[in-house]
Amino acid sequence: MKFLSGLGDRLREGLRRSQEYLAGGLGAVLETDRPIDDALLEELEELLIAADLGAALAADFTNRAREEVMFGTVTRAGQLRPLFRRFLVDMLSPAAQPLNLDHRPAVVLLLGVNGSGKTTTAAKLASSLKGSGKRVLLAAADTFRAAAIEQLKRWGERIDVEVIRQAAGSDPGAVVFDAVKAATARALDVLIVDTAGRLHTKTNLMDELVKLRRVIERQLPGAPHETLMVLDAPTGQNGFAQARVFHEAIALTGVCLTKLDGTAKGGIVVRIVRELKVPVKLIGLGERVEDLQTFDPQAFVDALVGEA
Amino acid sequence: MLDSLSTRLQAIFDKLGGRGRLSEENIQEALREVRVALLEADVNFKVVRAFVDRVRTRAVGQDVLVSLTPAQQVVKVVHGELVELLGGSGHRLAMASHPPTVIMLMGLQGSGKTTTAAKLARLYTKQGQHPLLAAADTQRPAAMEQLRTLGAQVGVPVTGAPGQTPLEICRAAREEAAARGLTPLILDTAGRLHIDEALLGELQAIRREVAPHHVLLVVDAMTGQDAVTVADRFNQAVGIDAVILTKLDGDSRGGAALSVRHVTGRPIAFVGVGEKTDALEPFHPDRLASRILGMGDVLSLVEKAQAVVDQTKAEELARKLREDSFSLEDFREQLKQLRQMGPLDQILGMLPFGKMLKGAPKDLDGESAELGRFDAIIGSMTPGERRNPEVINGSRRQRIARGSGTSVQDVNRLLKQYAQLRKVMKQFKGMEGKLPRLKNLPGFPTPRG
Repeated sequence: MKFLSGLGDRLREGLRRSQEYLAGGLGAVLETDRPIDDALLEELEELLIAADLGAALAADFTNRAREEVMFGTVTRAGQLRPLFRRFLVDMLSPAAQPLNLDHRPAVVLLLGVNGSGKTTTAAKLASSLKGSGKRVLLAAADTFRAAAIEQLKRWGERIDVEVIRQAAGSDPGAVVFDAVKAATARALDVLIVDTAGRLHTKTNLMDELVKLRRVIERQLPGAPHETLMVLDAPTGQNGFAQARVFHEAIALTGVCLTKLDGTAKGGIVVRIVRELKVPVKLIGLGERVEDLQTFDPQAFVDALVGEA
Repeated sequence: MLDSLSTRLQAIFDKLGGRGRLSEENIQEALREVRVALLEADVNFKVVRAFVDRVRTRAVGQDVLVSLTPAQQVVKVVHGELVELLGGSGHRLAMASHPPTVIMLMGLQGSGKTTTAAKLARLYTKQGQHPLLAAADTQRPAAMEQLRTLGAQVGVPVTGAPGQTPLEICRAAREEAAARGLTPLILDTAGRLHIDEALLGELQAIRREVAPHHVLLVVDAMTGQDAVTVADRFNQAVGIDAVILTKLDGDSRGGAALSVRHVTGRPIAFVGVGEKTDALEPFHPDRLASRILGMGDVLSLVEKAQAVVDQTKAEELARKLREDSFSLEDFREQLKQLRQMGPLDQILGMLPFGKMLKGAPKDLDGESAELGRFDAIIGSMTPGERRNPEVINGSRRQRIARGSGTSVQDVNRLLKQYAQLRKVMKQFKGMEGKLPRLKNLPGFPTPRG
């Protein structure tokens, strides 16, 4: 698949932009020859916190650095960056997994809280896959938000992919049922299902999601093959609660981290990967279709702690 | 969220021992916990640093009030400072002397601008105004249709056509509002990144030429550390007059609000609390402060509880709980006290672990009418039955139902809930040490008698 490659550069480009806005980045702390003391370690910890890794995880990394200093393996500030990079890359490497699309049709279910970028991601993913020669179908199962169906329909016209849809307010289960039937009958490669945004705290909406999943599964045993939570990079610690609740309800196969072209770095996925063992399957780096990429831990970590 | 700040602070001061005055030394560790709590709530680390310094200055040297533990004292100071920093409640958007009053919404993609625009329109309609919505988001596919649909739902006209630039749409909308006598005019702009110079330029042009009276930044309550950068950039580039915090109906702690407030100094005007168009509320700094600290609305709950609960009765109940002799008579007493405190679901909602409690005895989360029925049912029992509900057989149930004007099903439900409550209380008894705050609730011993 073409869209799996050549992403590191774009990620770095996006992140260079964000570093201009990060007051005194990790580079500024670590570049110096200054000795490692508590003040330095505290600054480091704050930089990890600034990337939304969370207070606990940042403290954990800082303590590991402190131990290395105690053992004498690290003596200068400049040596800390490779150390932090290694911690993070080791942690994130298992999370870099490609989409599982070895089925016909492979069903991809997109879900997440309101405004995280599901519809746009559905369209971008459809376009990428189409570009790599797959036959793709979109399902507009967000029947709740005003004009969400219209939004996906417009995208469908733009990227020339058919969108299965019904009237606004109709049962999303029925839309999904039709879509799976169509994708199976026509032996298409991939069906991408766009669902309504829902906060993970709304029990009735979570039940609806579980039901959607069941509709797909009953028609096509083994499906959905990908259940992706779309999470936007500006999200803070609540992103973990989202992932945990969605994972418990519907068993996520991955996270899609969007809006990485801003100044937010999406550090919350580190915690999601570490504690929930949910991989990161896609990242969104901008508004263009080709800005949807697979996850590269090295490039991601460079963005978090500065390039090596 | 059992691990609330008050609990952790209590543990620290228990360990330190001693009380009386807050000193530099004994609050050091407490402030570390405050810092972590704020960071977990997504308050920006620089804002946290400034805030903790402020609290330290304020707290050191304070005498601990007789009625409070040192931990409670620190929480009180922290909470008070947070409320102050979050600013006053009920910020109103002043109406212009020459209508239309123009309100412009801006923010990142997906922050909730379009939904908020419709909510504002509905709010002003309710206040007797005649608003106009302008669909100036020409970027996102079908954004205009979305606003049109929402406008129809709330009965507010929507202006703006494809093919025009956002500036043209806003300019024409202002003329239209003036001509038709519609106010306020609400401009829904496209979501954009705070580092997108070209798109920020578009907002600057609208600000310059259409001269909105209120430029509102729409911020997602789930935003993390980046909230300061976003708010700062929008403020520098376009200027912010007030803030709307969206998606507060989730379980995020909403610390971003403090960050935004800190960097812009602008008030938070409204909060969005749901997907429906009526889910827009005025901002309450005290509630958000409690939420940021992970406390639920514990302070007001404790106040309510203390005002209502007869101390001696509470201690008596606590003793019975310990001895596992909690009878239906006691259950009735509890219900009475709970009724005095207000609607039960509201009480439970105020607790940081309220959700958990709600989940346990699900039917307890009922209406006050139900409690009244329960009162009548228990009143129709003999003293023996109240002490020893096991004796209540089928014929006794029929008699009790007749006597209280209820049905046998009601009696059964009461007995079932009583059994559930006993079970839950036994669980709580085991957790008492971990939940010092709970001791202030009816039926639990207060700290230090």
